[in-house]
Amino acid sequence: MTIRVQTGDFDVGAEIAALRQGDARIGAVAAFIGLVRDINDGSQVNRMTLEHYPGMTERSLERIVLEAKTRFSVDHALVIHRVGELLPTDQIVLVVTAGGHRGDVFAACEFIMDFLKTEAPFWKKEQGAKGDSWVASRQSDDDAAARWRDKAV
Amino acid sequence: MSARLLFFASLREQLGSSGETLELPDGVRDVKGLRAFLVARGGQWQAALADGRSLRVAVNQDLATWVTAIKDGDEIAFFPPVTGG
Repeated sequence: MTIRVQTGDFDVGAEIAALRQGDARIGAVAAFIGLVRDINDGSQVNRMTLEHYPGMTERSLERIVLEAKTRFSVDHALVIHRVGELLPTDQIVLVVTAGGHRGDVFAACEFIMDFLKTEAPFWKKEQGAKGDSWVASRQSDDDAAARWRDKAV
Repeated sequence: MSARLLFFASLREQLGSSGETLELPDGVRDVKGLRAFLVARGGQWQAALADGRSLRVAVNQDLATWVTAIKDGDEIAFFPPVTGG
């Protein structure tokens, strides 16, 4: 398991190559990449600042990835999340899961993202034409995480 | 008995503080009691912390609830719902 919180960008191809290097068990890799959009709830976004809780962030992501590895057949998992100042089109987050077959790696990747969105201590502040505003949490994200709690695996 | 308090994001801005070390008063044994103590400071403390529905709390870097017990040396963080990803 690799967890990184960083200000710099990441190279998706290089990260995937490193994650599965030399491991012939791997038949499937799933990746999710989250990006900064230039619009949110109808308002223009010029810039974004991501704040986090150092220490708890890494601890929270590790717990989420461990839970995913308990539930699904996944050999490798990687989470990279950027913090600091970001611009529209920038990459924010990368989740990669690798394992024998697609079903479990797809599910594990979605599971990790759903809990990252609702439990990992990151906060987005957007700078737009109307000034600065903290992004509000979404009920749809809570609902997405709640689906997994109802599932017996 | 003392605790390290931390505040993040919009809550940090509302309070004008990213944290403090607090000597816990007698009778404060859980997160709910700590929040009531901070609300009683009035002003921005009352405004920012009175409505618990929009607050999350972590004790020693694990998500906690209002009834989570607190003890000497704990790190207790208050913050709004998270919005990463």
